[in-house]
Amino acid sequence: MAPASHPSGDKRFKILDVTMKRHLYQHDALIEVLHKAQELFGFLELDVLLYVARGLKLPPSRVYGVATFYHLFSLKPQGEHTCVVCMGTACFVKGADRLLAAIEQQAGIKAGQTTPNGKLSVMTARCIGACGIAPAVVFDGVTAGQQTPETVQQQLKGWL
Amino acid sequence: MDRSELNDLAQRERASWKPARLHCCTASGCLATGAEGVFKAMKQAITDKGLTDRVQAVGVGCLGLCGRGPLVQLAPQGPLFEQVSAEQAPSMVGAAVGESPHAAILDTAHPFFSSQLKIVCETSGEIDSERIEEYLALGGYRALHMALTEMTPAEVVQTISQSGLRGRGGAGYPTGLKWATVAKMPPGPKYVVCNGDEGDPGAFMDRSVMESDPHRVLEGMAIAGYAVGATQGFIYVRAEYPLAVERLRKAINQAKKLGVLGSGVFETPFDFRVDVRIGAGAFVCGEETALMASIEGRRGSPRPRPPYPAEMGLWDRPTLINNVETFANVPTILRKGADWFASIGTEKSKGTKVFSLTGKVRNTGLVEVPMGTSLRHIVEVMGGGVEGGSVKAVQTGGPSGGCIPAEFLDTSVDYESLAQLGSIMGSGGMIVMDQTTNMVEVARFFMEFCMDESCGKCIPCRVGTVQMHRLLSKIAEGKATSTDLALLEQLVPMVSETSLCGLGQTAPNPVKSTLRYFRHEYEERLRPMTSTNGRVPLPLRLA
Repeated sequence: MAPASHPSGDKRFKILDVTMKRHLYQHDALIEVLHKAQELFGFLELDVLLYVARGLKLPPSRVYGVATFYHLFSLKPQGEHTCVVCMGTACFVKGADRLLAAIEQQAGIKAGQTTPNGKLSVMTARCIGACGIAPAVVFDGVTAGQQTPETVQQQLKGWL
Repeated sequence: MDRSELNDLAQRERASWKPARLHCCTASGCLATGAEGVFKAMKQAITDKGLTDRVQAVGVGCLGLCGRGPLVQLAPQGPLFEQVSAEQAPSMVGAAVGESPHAAILDTAHPFFSSQLKIVCETSGEIDSERIEEYLALGGYRALHMALTEMTPAEVVQTISQSGLRGRGGAGYPTGLKWATVAKMPPGPKYVVCNGDEGDPGAFMDRSVMESDPHRVLEGMAIAGYAVGATQGFIYVRAEYPLAVERLRKAINQAKKLGVLGSGVFETPFDFRVDVRIGAGAFVCGEETALMASIEGRRGSPRPRPPYPAEMGLWDRPTLINNVETFANVPTILRKGADWFASIGTEKSKGTKVFSLTGKVRNTGLVEVPMGTSLRHIVEVMGGGVEGGSVKAVQTGGPSGGCIPAEFLDTSVDYESLAQLGSIMGSGGMIVMDQTTNMVEVARFFMEFCMDESCGKCIPCRVGTVQMHRLLSKIAEGKATSTDLALLEQLVPMVSETSLCGLGQTAPNPVKSTLRYFRHEYEERLRPMTSTNGRVPLPLRLA
């Protein structure tokens, strides 16, 4: 049985309903549903998690447990732009730490944080598999290779 | 679809190929350097020059030398252009009809290309990754058809056993043995899982295979499904590889439409469905029991083995888990025979291995070499060595592996030789470090990785990695004394012997191997012992 949609009337919950229905409300679809929820809402608020828990008939503790276990799920809002510095071994050997330091200095925040004006989130990744063009940085989902502190600062200038 | 329809389709596809094909690499590496623009510009240039009946531009999989992308190859047997731009597109199209091109050409006789032996990457730079027809044109799904119509499941398992194929995910467990174990389990639902959660930083072979040749992986899985009696497969891919996910999904749909996957594969009673499952950024999910938990939609926590997944895996049913590269080897083994495969490589390690050669080496990219090739050949000859310096160490196996110092570069690359040096084959990441690399920092880097990625289920890993990281930081910052080093050395065997899963068991390996070969780098950072900092650690001993 499909759960009644969210009382707020937010259309994004309807889309989430469709996703859950497509997975036949099966428990093993939890991660897929959370991916969709994050794509729709930008991050996973408690309200959304509870909604998913109800939809899939799972205890909220289980949904919260999964959402907090995986690094890619964020329970806090993200900035308008994102900048992900790859910290994989190949990038590390080629100076990814210097890139990150330059970004942190320019934005005035640490990795994992968002600027107070909500413009930029700085994150690190374990390895994005772009080792052939290390060091790599992902700006708003677009991978850029062979970066230097200067090139990343140039890129971020317009975003801050 | 039956045999003749398969052949027809392949022939029609081959006949539709233009005499000259410009292969533009559209794997992640080249895309990040602007390959898409080049590809579009080439298509435009072909139309502009009115050459649509003689030349075609094809977006192919990885061409190997990722560090020099975007790459474009004129096929068949044309030059390989490096670092091309959209402006050079008309010139390359001109080259296809005999004009002299204005783009830098790579020497394909260089050992980087000529020393390779391609099995897994056989078709990766040759075909459009997004069209099943191109894979069929080069003999794709022929092996699956052969298995279904000419062989019994037991014969397929037998062939894989005879070939000597071993797991390419790192541990090197004999693939045939694993298949036989799952096949022997009582009938009922069984599953085939492809581990595409390539978490080792510095490794991107599996990404490349999934992006370049998704159908090869699917075919390998379907053959495995037939051999062990499974009707459902899952490919677990990291969320960090969106292009691989997209291409796999596309490939599954195409395969279903043609009837080479789904119900009644090739009009036989064999059913095989494949679903893609996406990870969400957890390194531990590369461990098989954690991976299965994640497929079931739970937290990716490992559990003790036995029971092994072969007996009790997904939803407590027998489950076959193999790595992407292992499955990608299967179709070729069936097509060319177990003896052919067994003739390649060393006595105990058969076939080839794909490595991602990165770090401070001249030619970075993907290489596939026969097992038994020496590290020196891969790093110094194929990779061209370190620019303006010399090799200090080669790191293999990611956070579970170790650093092999330059004096052992003549070691042959196979499972046993690397293990003897205190490293592992791993999934195939090979990171070259030069004299400027600080080995204590490297050990700290990997320990930080394991500390963050520890799932927290067992104490030796959860607490041990934090303590080791703390000690390594202290040493790196020059604040440690010899007692700290002694404590670190005590923790190494304890964490590796008492942790629950592979993550914790192998987490101390980078420390162990750097201590073994670069101990002086640790020692020269120690402070002399004084009466105030000389704490004596409690003796830690394992029974």
